[in-house]
Amino acid sequence: MRRFPILLFALFALSFTVQAEVKDVYDFDTRAEEQRYQNLIAELRCPKCQNNNIADSNSAISQDMRDEVYRMMKNGASNEEIVDALVSRFGEFVQYKPPVDRRTILLWAFPAIAVIGGFLVVVGVVMRSRQREQQGETLSQEDKRKAERILAGESDESAKG
Amino acid sequence: MKRLFLFLPLIVAIAVGVFLFAGIGKDPTRLESVLIGKPVPEFSLESLNDPERRLDTSLLKGEVSLLNVWAEWCPSCWDEHKYLMRLSKDKGVRIVGLNYKDEREAAFRFLNQLGNPYETIIFDPKGKLGFDLGVYGAPETFVIDADGVVQYRHVGVVNQKVWEQELLPVINKAKGNS
Repeated sequence: MRRFPILLFALFALSFTVQAEVKDVYDFDTRAEEQRYQNLIAELRCPKCQNNNIADSNSAISQDMRDEVYRMMKNGASNEEIVDALVSRFGEFVQYKPPVDRRTILLWAFPAIAVIGGFLVVVGVVMRSRQREQQGETLSQEDKRKAERILAGESDESAKG
Repeated sequence: MKRLFLFLPLIVAIAVGVFLFAGIGKDPTRLESVLIGKPVPEFSLESLNDPERRLDTSLLKGEVSLLNVWAEWCPSCWDEHKYLMRLSKDKGVRIVGLNYKDEREAAFRFLNQLGNPYETIIFDPKGKLGFDLGVYGAPETFVIDADGVVQYRHVGVVNQKVWEQELLPVINKAKGNS
């Protein structure tokens, strides 16, 4: 049983060494061009094996999509043209980053809305507790004295009488 | 007002619950085709049976047809084939086949074994037309109207239920329009 953590660690370490890369058979003239290709296929989503990008996926359709990206790049297409060409065939699903428009504005704006909302709640809570503190101080002068007396060990006169 | 504020977490929980419940049972692998309402992409490919014969989009005009994407290597295609035979033989539906990323030999073996429900078969060994149609896995079935415009796409096996509930209403509508 003592060996268990070691075994677990070994398995964990192994998982890095066996991680397979999709074999690249494309030729690029420049390093920048290759980088551009890698970025493109990393943000396009495989329609068959969902939640894989086409860079990671081994499915036939991802292979076709990589071929198309490469072919279009070689023909001098811009990134937008390439993405548009794939979206026009497979739908907006293939984009991991959907464009900002009327339908997706809530999706894009939600993090900001959540942060602002959370901030407002915190401000509200702080302000209210501060208000209560002030009110509490002015109201309980009498009670405070009473409490001090009780704490000091004196008997409570009003309770006695 | 203050009391209403206390119920806020409950209201939020119910809203989230309704939202999540609506998503249960939805098939996430079913994607809307962007081609619906658009003409079938241009192509020029061989006929499976006759390599000399070139086929293009005119094949899919003039009559409402089903375009069925299939391949010998696709297990679900074997499953749905029997039903496609029934559709073409008993119901007289015009089915055009798109043999997708297959080999001629294999395709013929498949048809010899199971029968041929297709009026014509487009041979697409590279999956070019399939790619333009946004096919991401066979079998897929498209309803094409008489003008060669895609009206519907079904991903997966065609069976009695799919035919009655999905394809037939679209076909009837397409026939009514033309």
